[in-house]
Amino acid sequence: MKTIRIQTDDFDAGAECAALAVDNVGAMVTFTGIVRIDDSLSALTLEHYPGMTEREIARHVDEAERRWPLLGVTVIHRIGRLVPGENIVLVAVASAHRGAAFEATEFLVDYLKTRAPFWKQEVRGSAVSWVEAKESDETAAARWNPP
Amino acid sequence: MKILYFAWVRQKIGKSEEDIALPPRVTTVADLIELLRGRGDGYQEAFADPARVRAAVNQEHVRFDGKVGNMDEVAFFPPVTGG
Repeated sequence: MKTIRIQTDDFDAGAECAALAVDNVGAMVTFTGIVRIDDSLSALTLEHYPGMTEREIARHVDEAERRWPLLGVTVIHRIGRLVPGENIVLVAVASAHRGAAFEATEFLVDYLKTRAPFWKQEVRGSAVSWVEAKESDETAAARWNPP
Repeated sequence: MKILYFAWVRQKIGKSEEDIALPPRVTTVADLIELLRGRGDGYQEAFADPARVRAAVNQEHVRFDGKVGNMDEVAFFPPVTGG
């Protein structure tokens, strides 16, 4: 089962996991990305490239399914205005055993950060700026050998 | 050709998309960037340092030597920062 959603609304990680919990699932790993609470940050605004975002995520979910024996994957990414403490992204992976679920989750998060066409803008007081991409994210993704 | 701009590339150029007819000499993403740089100050600024810009053709990441044609959808944007 593969679910990919881009939405402004929040998500319920528990409900998403329950939907993935089919009979032979032995391991479920979830990653939730949250807007860090930071004294000067008042909000993040996320924009994306409709169409390419879904395709790029689907391509990486397919690649994860080729590399590991997975029973289900859900990726939900929020867009629009988010304030500190709010959820940004959910990656949930179900498998028979934990190794595959842990690795596939890390793989998907690393690729979301470096390939999925989202851009974050930070609002700090009256200053608005685009978040710069981090070299450390590229390094993290490179260890998987690009698909 | 349909061209889309995102994030600060969109802001510098002042529009999110446009349609242009490609002259025959434009066959790669790099050629297209050169063409766009001639279209005004906003474009000059957006492509001042092409190493800071990324491109997609028909919704797939490409390098600047990637081919482009009149029926393609091309997008320019900064390195992505989702997740």
